[in-house]
Amino acid sequence: MDNEAAFDKFKTCTVEVLQVEPEKVTLDARFGDDLDADSLDLVELVMALEEAFNITVDESELEGVETVEQAFKLVSSKA
Amino acid sequence: MRTVSGPTGQEAGGRRVAVTGIGVLACCGIGRDAFWDGLCGSPPEGERRVPGFDPTAWFGPKEARRVDRFAQFAVAAAAMAIEQAGGRDSLDADPQRAGVILGTGVGGLETLEEQVLLCRDKGAKRVSPFLVPMMMPNAGAAAVSMRYGLQGPCEAVTTACAAGTHAIGNGARLIASGRCDVVLAGGSEAAMTETAVAGFGNMTALSPTGVSRPFDVKRDGFVLSEGGAVLVLEELGSARSRGATVLAEVLGAASTADAHHLTAPAPAGAGAAACMELALADAAMGPADIVQINAHGTSTPLNDAAEAEAILKVFGSPGPPVTSTKGVTGHALGAAGALEAAAVVLSIQRSLIPPTFGVTTPDPAAGLDLVLGAARPWQPGPVISNSFGFGGHNGCLVLAPPGD
Repeated sequence: MDNEAAFDKFKTCTVEVLQVEPEKVTLDARFGDDLDADSLDLVELVMALEEAFNITVDESELEGVETVEQAFKLVSSKA
Repeated sequence: MRTVSGPTGQEAGGRRVAVTGIGVLACCGIGRDAFWDGLCGSPPEGERRVPGFDPTAWFGPKEARRVDRFAQFAVAAAAMAIEQAGGRDSLDADPQRAGVILGTGVGGLETLEEQVLLCRDKGAKRVSPFLVPMMMPNAGAAAVSMRYGLQGPCEAVTTACAAGTHAIGNGARLIASGRCDVVLAGGSEAAMTETAVAGFGNMTALSPTGVSRPFDVKRDGFVLSEGGAVLVLEELGSARSRGATVLAEVLGAASTADAHHLTAPAPAGAGAAACMELALADAAMGPADIVQINAHGTSTPLNDAAEAEAILKVFGSPGPPVTSTKGVTGHALGAAGALEAAAVVLSIQRSLIPPTFGVTTPDPAAGLDLVLGAARPWQPGPVISNSFGFGGHNGCLVLAPPGD
């Protein structure tokens, strides 16, 4: 999967789980401040991404992940 | 209403409890007018779900996915009730003296069932982090308190089909005793899942013909439904001084247990009769003061026989007019008592007693003055509303037009 297709998939999951406008899901968007996501929302988002990309993300890997770019890098490195 | 409930309770009357708003969603309609028209019309065809309920009218899209339908009903009913009471800002009580007491039979059953299947099919790692806060029976009360910033007691009552009535009684007591100045009280239920229907069906509680016909000779079980209703309760004096329209007063409430059987009522409706008598004592009234009974009247053979016997014991024959709005609404379990309290307040407002639908041949053994056919005009006065739940829980409320 090329990077663009992967980001589209990432975006689709994020829009679906967090119910935000697609244009808000930019690389520099912060989950808390920009996408109004709390810790439970992020758990659900990670589950959706694991499902969509057929990967497993350990809780410890999410430490310090605050932006879409950080999360996308983590996911795409595993996909 | 006394400050303390019970046969040896403090005799001193508590503060008076006003109803200043009601919000309601039922299978016969959303909102007071649709609900009332439904009660006086024909029962809806088919499954008795709340028609056309759109959660996005009350929730943002993300929030709507995080709140089970039963809690959505609670929030929607509370919103409508608060609006009628003049809006949140007009309830200028100290937030710590404003509470929420809501009943439900089972809470977020649909969410639980969905997640059980997901867990089985996809594994435990896929179970939603929102399962617990969505299924918990206190989710409705919690959602309402958060939305309106009410920081006093916020509790859920789970006494099966008596929950809505108990919640209103408990909420009114918080005002009578001086603990709260405002309480949102009521109940909600959304448990029409395949499993729940099977469970009720297999215990032979449901009508195999799908007809709710309370106190009819051919009654053969209840018809499952869903819904929610919330009442805004306020201390009467402060409600009047802020210029609120007082729709009704809660004069008394009682809660007892049969301590007899999980599902069958005590012989001769003894527990139900004791509860009605206790509610009358709480209201400092005698049986002759009651001029309408909103019966539990589920349309099951056992409930209606026991309840009729209890009514005759307490009120004599024929006694005050009796109606069971479950002919139209079906049985919304933990919401039922709240829907019926709302029906009583509307009955007071409109000077009409809604009829008991579905009845073609009233059970002569019941010996009740059943309101049948069309809504019956009446001079509004004190009403007793009954609810009885599996587990032997009995709940009664005495509601009346506002006094001087």
